Amino acid sequence: MLGESCQTKTMNNVIPITIKTEGLTKEFDGLVAVDHVTLSVREGEVFGFLGPNGAGKTTLVKMLCTILNPTSGSAKVCGYDIVRERDKVRECTGIVFQDRAIDTFLTGKENLDFHARMYHLDRRTREKRIAEVLALLDLKGKENMRISECSGGTQRRFEVARGFLTHPKVLFLDEPTLGLDVQARRDLWDYIRLLNEKEGITIILTTHYMEEADYLCHRVAIIDHGRIVAMDTPEKLKQAVGLNLISLQVAQESNARLADSLKQFDWITKIEARDGSLELSIDGGEERIPELIDFADSRGFVISSIKLYKPSLEDTFLHYYTGRTIREEEGNLKEFWKAWMRRSGGKR
Amino acid sequence: MRAIGAQRLIDPLPIYTMWLREMKRFLRVKARIVSSILMPLFFLAFLGLPMSFVPVRQIPGLEGIGYLDFLAPGIVGMTLLFAGTMSGASVIWDKEFGFLKEVLVAPVSRFSVILGRSLGGITTTIVQALIIVGIAVAMGVKLSSVPGFFLAILIMILTCAAFTGFGLIIATKLGNLEGFMAIMNLIVFPIFLLSGAMFPVQAMPSWLKYIMYINPLTYGVDGLRHTLIGVAAFPLWLDFTVLLIVCLALATLGSYFFSKMEAD
Repeated sequence: MLGESCQTKTMNNVIPITIKTEGLTKEFDGLVAVDHVTLSVREGEVFGFLGPNGAGKTTLVKMLCTILNPTSGSAKVCGYDIVRERDKVRECTGIVFQDRAIDTFLTGKENLDFHARMYHLDRRTREKRIAEVLALLDLKGKENMRISECSGGTQRRFEVARGFLTHPKVLFLDEPTLGLDVQARRDLWDYIRLLNEKEGITIILTTHYMEEADYLCHRVAIIDHGRIVAMDTPEKLKQAVGLNLISLQVAQESNARLADSLKQFDWITKIEARDGSLELSIDGGEERIPELIDFADSRGFVISSIKLYKPSLEDTFLHYYTGRTIREEEGNLKEFWKAWMRRSGGKR
Repeated sequence: MRAIGAQRLIDPLPIYTMWLREMKRFLRVKARIVSSILMPLFFLAFLGLPMSFVPVRQIPGLEGIGYLDFLAPGIVGMTLLFAGTMSGASVIWDKEFGFLKEVLVAPVSRFSVILGRSLGGITTTIVQALIIVGIAVAMGVKLSSVPGFFLAILIMILTCAAFTGFGLIIATKLGNLEGFMAIMNLIVFPIFLLSGAMFPVQAMPSWLKYIMYINPLTYGVDGLRHTLIGVAAFPLWLDFTVLLIVCLALATLGSYFFSKMEAD
């Protein structure tokens, strides 16, 4: 992923821009839901909006897929203005809504067929595309089941299939895995990746799951109170938080001596002794571990355990808004982060 | 795939698609078909038949005909009223279950969407109404003429379209299910009871007559009586004109409100 992000950087001028917004703003009765958002998304990118509930992610996406009109500012999707060329935008985009928007009385195939007709596909194209998306999303054999009889994950997959049916250039996924169990979520992630990699479709995703954004997105915009507070690759965002942390354990009495001798490495920026182990803030990743072990070996220290901590996107997020949880159920992650803060001695 | 230009007001494929969906949904919910026919059947069997043993033939409007003959067009009118209103108002269900968003986001004019949907509702309603006519005939009601029967279908379409528009207005202005059920009972039942479906308008005192005159269903029921059994209170042209005007007004207003509806 790191290499890839470098690549996109150099190709910045080559890859066409699919979505471009300029000071996009939406107000509801004086409440600013989206506040002067300016960004551009490149073709073939998976771009994520990450933020807590009520941050304005959904409103932003709704404006981009022409369900809502902006209060001010402008945006172009596939080169079409979202207000003046609404139909053109709709022709080139697919949407998977946050809430279920599928007819439960009809079968999956009938829902797909309905969608295809509403988007004016002729019979041949309809049949071809329906067969294609059914195969792509592994829905063959389920297409004649009524939606009400399908599991939540399958329903969602039908919705993604439908969003992709008209071969859009851009697919909007508004919290695609909300309410799915872990397995269904993982499956859906892989399908979303597949769509992006195999079909080269640009995907705009909103989520409040860190790992989702981390796993799927090439670039992430962290959004809060309608404003983009950070926008970069997940790796860069994580780097922005701080360095990796290595915790290693040696015999208690040799702690101080080892700490002393480690001072010669310039990639170790901070050394702290804590609860009988050493905490090193390091510049670099896993490759430092063997280096440390070799060094300790040559000096006669015996390392009993060594562990590398990398900042997660969660840390990034909290780095920008300390004290704000994304979701209650992710409290355990936050606990982890708190523990890490204690351990690293509040270095931030 | 294929880029279309500006939205067409009348867009045949989406209209057909919306119509088809209504058909499929109607045929799929068997309980709905049965219950939509049971209620009119009960009215005919348990009100129409017993009442035909009551000597009512000297009452104005009932001279020379059996009560069952008199009641049958009224019950057809009732079916049109209930099923029509329900079909228009079922937009609420689509909204509640999220499907409306999928429809409204498609590059199709709102008018085509609501036209297709309403045509679907009208089709299923007319089918129900014709089944009621068949049941009535099986019970011994004699239809006056074949051209009359076809004219009756025209009256049915106008009546049903008017109440579909009415249901649509309620749905778009109300926006939630609970309120809708209350409105159904508060408005639709009086419309039915005061339409002359069960008693002749001619026999009523003038204050009640005037109330019935402003009820559009009165003209629907009267037109059906005209065309099906050949007995009526008003001339057929009057029934037809009133229905046409009411139908155009309600359908236009309904589709206007629908076009202004928020997708979300």
